[in-house]
Amino acid sequence: MARRSSTARTLVTTLAAWIVGGIIFFPILWMVLTSFKTELEAFAMPPSLLFFHWTTENYATVQSRSDYLLHAMNSIVIAGGSTLIATAIAIPAAWSMAFAPTRRTRDVLLWMLSTKMMPPVGVLVPIYLICRDTGLLDTRTGLVIVLCLGNLPIVVWMLFTYFKEIPRDILEAARMDGATIGRELVYVLLPMAVPGIASTLLLNVILAWNEAFWTLNLSTSEAAPLTVFIASYSSPEGLFWAKLSAASTLAVAPILVLGWFSQRQLVRGLTFGAVK
Amino acid sequence: MGRITLEGVRKSFGSIDVIHGADLDIEDGSFVVFVGPSGCGKTTLLRLIAGLEDVTAGRILIDGVNVVGVPPAKRGLSMVFQSYALYPHMSVRGNIGFGLKMAGLPRAEIARKVQAAAATLNLTDYLDRKPRELSGGQRQRVAIGRAIVREPKAFLFDEPLSNLDAALRVQMRLEVTRLQRHLGTTAVYVTHDQVEAMTMAHRIVVLNAGRIEQVGSPLDLYRHPANLFVAGFIGSPRMNLIGQRAAARYGAATVGVRPEHMRVGRDGAGGAEGWAGTVSAAEHLGSDTFLHVDVPDIGTVTARCIGERDIVIGDSVRLDPEPDRVHRFDRDGRALP
Repeated sequence: MARRSSTARTLVTTLAAWIVGGIIFFPILWMVLTSFKTELEAFAMPPSLLFFHWTTENYATVQSRSDYLLHAMNSIVIAGGSTLIATAIAIPAAWSMAFAPTRRTRDVLLWMLSTKMMPPVGVLVPIYLICRDTGLLDTRTGLVIVLCLGNLPIVVWMLFTYFKEIPRDILEAARMDGATIGRELVYVLLPMAVPGIASTLLLNVILAWNEAFWTLNLSTSEAAPLTVFIASYSSPEGLFWAKLSAASTLAVAPILVLGWFSQRQLVRGLTFGAVK
Repeated sequence: MGRITLEGVRKSFGSIDVIHGADLDIEDGSFVVFVGPSGCGKTTLLRLIAGLEDVTAGRILIDGVNVVGVPPAKRGLSMVFQSYALYPHMSVRGNIGFGLKMAGLPRAEIARKVQAAAATLNLTDYLDRKPRELSGGQRQRVAIGRAIVREPKAFLFDEPLSNLDAALRVQMRLEVTRLQRHLGTTAVYVTHDQVEAMTMAHRIVVLNAGRIEQVGSPLDLYRHPANLFVAGFIGSPRMNLIGQRAAARYGAATVGVRPEHMRVGRDGAGGAEGWAGTVSAAEHLGSDTFLHVDVPDIGTVTARCIGERDIVIGDSVRLDPEPDRVHRFDRDGRALP
């Protein structure tokens, strides 16, 4: 017998969902609103939500003070590059762990994950020194490598989980049909794992886009992505909330748009295998 | 050509021995069925032939060439999996043609061969569908189509019918047999269902706990089981295996009588040869009547009568085994001559 839900019940649930959604969304809304206020109004107490003097001067100032396009380009190269390289390494790695496991596979997986348990600051000095000595400080290459390695364990884990869901028989059928390992990957495994791979890619792009610790510490101007661009507005001379908000809005806008358009794929991938 | 020879093939997973040295000769064009209870190693043996598992010791020869260490694709065999293992993202056409594509055949030839295979299997109308849009029987046909299109030296079937319902299974059993006879390609077929084994095979290989118990034609195994295991496994309902005093009278440790080799009389008196007992269950199928008879000192004995018999629970009956159909086994379970 299907459970009957009364109108009141639906109403309460819907209301609760909207409230939770509102709370989660509020900081972003606040940020966007503040970016259109003057610095004075941004500090005003009590704050006004809609009835203030709308201005775009913060955006103009931000654009004239620092080069948004350069930072955005750096973000794209660093997030995109690190994601692509990580995926290219992780696909064969996850394949071998999922379909040709050895006695040590579990240990390797756990060991990879354990690298994420340590706070990054713990290895800041050695990595900084390595980057300095190899001339990778403040270069896109350096950041691509560091972020790629940083996110690799997560990418391998996610892909491993998706690949595990794919029946072994199908890959063996491909092998019987004469496919080499490479062709088995390209023609059979990858097409079947598209949702999983897509959501892994997206999540990794988002993580790399918003990564602030390494980007702030390993870049200053040349390779500085949008995170550095935002941080430059919280300066010792005082907080410029309105300008900081404008910078933040500009920084999250591209990834927000990307996330919006790919949300179906993202949800499908994140719940992959949960329901048959 | 497709002659497969196993010489002392062993397989262990870690410290567990799964196949304890198998020797077998599969003739070109024959239909050989591996049968045995689950866990007996029949699927493993098939996978060893396919090359999906590596042998621990021994040799596997295909047409006289040792293929140990040769990857599956190079062995010239094709396999039908229990789960069908179709490529879900490809159409029926893509599924059947995949092997040919991997072999690098020209497109026109692939299309022609796929058409021919589809025609053989009545799949022509479904060529553009995806596997998820097909019924179980159709999926099974696609899996078979994928196997035949490559014109392999031998087909390997791994319990291909076990996911189908009973009626479809009987139909596909016939189709597979007919197809194999028509193509004349060697087939190795794994099943746990002894009815499938009896009806499809030229030769049956009975496996138990990683050992080959007996190899022979279906009626060979039925008439002359080499040991107790084969005697109990082949035939339905199972052979009655009777020990102790009743067996001693025949000069054996155990005697076996198939239910259909038992004459059933109404009289409860009991002759010198027969066993008297009470019917504890009677199954009336119309075509046959199965009687489960409790015989003192022996236990429950099953008898099969042809046609309808008006015997009900509680009746006293006399069972007389046909003398030349009594199988005798020694203390180790081996058949006595």
